Amino acid sequence: MVIFLGSALFYTFLPPLKWRRMIARIHFIGAKSLLVIVVTGAFTGMVLGLQVFYTLRKFGAEGFLGSVVALTLIRELGPVLCALMVTGRAGSALTAEIGIMRITEQIDALDAMALNPMRYLVVPSILAGLIVFPLLTAIFDLVGIYGGYLVGVKLLGVAGGTYFGEMETYVDLRDITQGFLKSLSFGLLMTWVCCYKGFYTSHGAEGVSRATTQAVVLSSVLILVWDYFLGSVLL
Amino acid sequence: MVEIRNLHKAFEGQQVLRGVDLQVAKGEILVIIGRSGGGKSVLLKHLMGLLKPDEGQIFIDGVDITQLRGRAFDQLRERFGVVFQGGALFDSLTAFENVAFPLREKTRLLEEAIREKTLTLLKQVGLADMGHKYPAEVSGGMRKRVALARALTMEPEIILFDEPTTGLDPIMVNAIHRLILDLHRRIGFTAVLVSHEIPEIFGLADRVAMLHHGVVVEAGTPEAIQFSANPVVRQFITGDPEGPIQPD
Repeated sequence: MVIFLGSALFYTFLPPLKWRRMIARIHFIGAKSLLVIVVTGAFTGMVLGLQVFYTLRKFGAEGFLGSVVALTLIRELGPVLCALMVTGRAGSALTAEIGIMRITEQIDALDAMALNPMRYLVVPSILAGLIVFPLLTAIFDLVGIYGGYLVGVKLLGVAGGTYFGEMETYVDLRDITQGFLKSLSFGLLMTWVCCYKGFYTSHGAEGVSRATTQAVVLSSVLILVWDYFLGSVLL
Repeated sequence: MVEIRNLHKAFEGQQVLRGVDLQVAKGEILVIIGRSGGGKSVLLKHLMGLLKPDEGQIFIDGVDITQLRGRAFDQLRERFGVVFQGGALFDSLTAFENVAFPLREKTRLLEEAIREKTLTLLKQVGLADMGHKYPAEVSGGMRKRVALARALTMEPEIILFDEPTTGLDPIMVNAIHRLILDLHRRIGFTAVLVSHEIPEIFGLADRVAMLHHGVVVEAGTPEAIQFSANPVVRQFITGDPEGPIQPD
């Protein structure tokens, strides 16, 4: 797997880059995941707003609702949940697509035409993951913060100015950088694992099914494990 | 033109090729026959450069391709066209886009010239009106013909066919064979074809080679193979379940 990643990164920096394929991948991983990201982001923010409000009220600290919701989303839940949702939606499809290309000899056909399959299939996906994950995470965070606002301010009566004012006080650039770095690394992790599993699929339809399951499970576990290590280093 | 010397290949301890020796002359159609699992496709994949042998050499015009790497290997591959068993068409592209794909990726031709050449190729395989269809929307025979058109796109000197007629009805088998013969006469490529279609291949081949247990047991003209005294070859051609080849 490490050699596979090394090879993919090598071809990433070796022109020519397949721009059209990369844009198609950005559309596939990014644009098509927008709805699921907006919906999950909104409800994650709303749940946070609700739970954090009742917890903070015990200490008479409801005013901190905005900052707690924003920090939780920006530093932790935004990058992780967004990555898990995109893995489920796009990662599985990525593995299945490349896996089917493998078992139907389409990858061999590329090879036989002296066209590097790594350059055609893997590099555009990895680059798309690196571009799309931070953007989707930013959208997830924004929608989540607004979801928290709806519940905390509109439903439970926290002052709107306090919600955003406290957020401005306690959220700094370091928190945003941490979230950005996490989402960037999750983008690399997901596309790397899913492309690898698809690329080395064998044994027909059952093999594709197995590879897809393994890709989603391994990506999800690695995202959570890496989240802990990266979080502990960046804190 | 192509010379295979003492080719050996094993997978996970199972010996598939045990010293294949075979020559293909320029411009001829060589058909490789043999039982399923006998190593025919593995041999073809060595010629395509998709597999590296454990031992032995493959010479193309005197150059050992098993030693080539990088750009030199790619340049040699560009002399080959390949028709895969299932066609291996890109299912996200239409028939037209599949045929045009190598031109778009490997040449600097203008779109107009690509369009013209692609339409000519589709016409040659009798699919001039089917360019807009996706592989999933056409029949097995049409898929093979699109694959053949794609293999011809870069005007290769050698075309490798991996069971190009498997799964087709007898009429379509003969139609594909006739198409290959017709294109061969017009274009003059060298062809190596793996097939099970007996006796149809005798009307197509210039020479036939039988691969059995990882070695070429006999190679010769279609007549020589048809009247071979070798009991393995005879049994395979007649399809007799009794003989030196035991059914699995």
